[in-house]
Amino acid sequence: MNTPALKDWPLWEVFVRSKQGLEHKHCGSLHAADAAQALHMARDVYTRRQEGVSIWVVPSVAITASNPDDKGELFDPAADKIYRHPTFYEIPEEVGHM
Amino acid sequence: MYTQAMDIPDDSGKKLAAVSNATSEQEAAFEARIDADGRIEPQDWMPEAYRKTLVRQISQHAHSEIVGMLPEGNWISRAPSLKRKAILIAKVQDEGGHGLYLYSAAETLGTSRDQMLEGLHSGKAKYSSIFNYPTLNWADVGVIGWLVDGAAIMNQVPLCRCSYGPYARAMVRVCKEESFHQRQGYEALLVMMKGTDEQRAMVQDAVNRYWWKCLAMFGPPDADSPHSAQGMRWGIKRISNDDLRQKFIDATVPQAKVLGVTLPDPDLKWNEARGHYDYGQIDWAEFWNTVEGNGPCNKERLATRVKAHNDGQWVRDAAQAYARKQKERALKEAA
Ligand SMILES: [Fe+2]
Ligand SMILES: [Fe+2]
Repeated sequence: MNTPALKDWPLWEVFVRSKQGLEHKHCGSLHAADAAQALHMARDVYTRRQEGVSIWVVPSVAITASNPDDKGELFDPAADKIYRHPTFYEIPEEVGHM
Repeated sequence: MYTQAMDIPDDSGKKLAAVSNATSEQEAAFEARIDADGRIEPQDWMPEAYRKTLVRQISQHAHSEIVGMLPEGNWISRAPSLKRKAILIAKVQDEGGHGLYLYSAAETLGTSRDQMLEGLHSGKAKYSSIFNYPTLNWADVGVIGWLVDGAAIMNQVPLCRCSYGPYARAMVRVCKEESFHQRQGYEALLVMMKGTDEQRAMVQDAVNRYWWKCLAMFGPPDADSPHSAQGMRWGIKRISNDDLRQKFIDATVPQAKVLGVTLPDPDLKWNEARGHYDYGQIDWAEFWNTVEGNGPCNKERLATRVKAHNDGQWVRDAAQAYARKQKERALKEAA
């Protein structure tokens, strides 16, 4: 008979720092009983070829995500603020790099 | 990894909760994004058929990685040297990892690991039929790396551009790891070909047994793949079964020549006008017979898989009991 699989092992999101000095980057998720096991499994699943020097695991339920339906409301207001970019400003050539 | 036709019907995806009807606006936004070759992410609205197709394809793909560990796993204890053994363990472990990336990607579509494993263990879900053939000798391990992983790579590279973000990202990771799989297999065969006549005969025999099955891995001819067009339209499938098969043949013929083996197809010859190799008839009756569960190893593979899962139950239970205990202890200490 089949036994239940992983019903009660929660999902974790895995973030890996590929190299000292760089940020941790989301690289995937996995099921584990607790944080220590999640770290252990993340090591085996996501860093078999020295892809990382540090791992974070976060319970997936702890992540609050923005709603895709709010995309316009959240991000569109930035679209017409071109003066936030350096290229908006004209500086005489003789000034050189600024 | 290993894919076959990703349009083999099975039951996965049927259990997904029905999602409320789309507004025409949502539908239009989805279509527009697909048309613009954009990516769909888990939180985005998507048609139910798109979701179901992906659940079926990604879970079949994951199952294939997991079951794919078995034929080669049989040779870990019998590898001819410590070096080959270490390589084979690393390769098989990679396949397990590929399965895990893919199960996670499928879970973002609203299915659960439990549902998928239940589908696999009950025989309802499909996996690549190539694993329902036996590995009779060490040369089979080399041939699996060279041809089976080689065919898988052909299939998977275009999936890195799949319209569904989590699947495409999992594929990028998988593809980075696959090239070692193919190279180690080919190299193991090169070593055997430099050996005795008996060793060369073993390689040729393994190629003879696996060649046609590898061609079938790309799935039925385009004319018989009704779902393919929809998959192409949705950006899930990027290259047709027949085109992938042709690419694989064209790439493999010169490799076979360097290796010094004959591909077992009398009709295999260069067609100057087409700029491709012509090839003979694939035995589709045999393919479907194996898909339907009647291949030489279907029962054995499934039984091994279910046994491994059940034998691991106490480990999963213990991990959970330990986690619960730790949590309770932490709560007590805080109180
Ligand atoms: Fe794989
Ligand atoms: Fe592989």
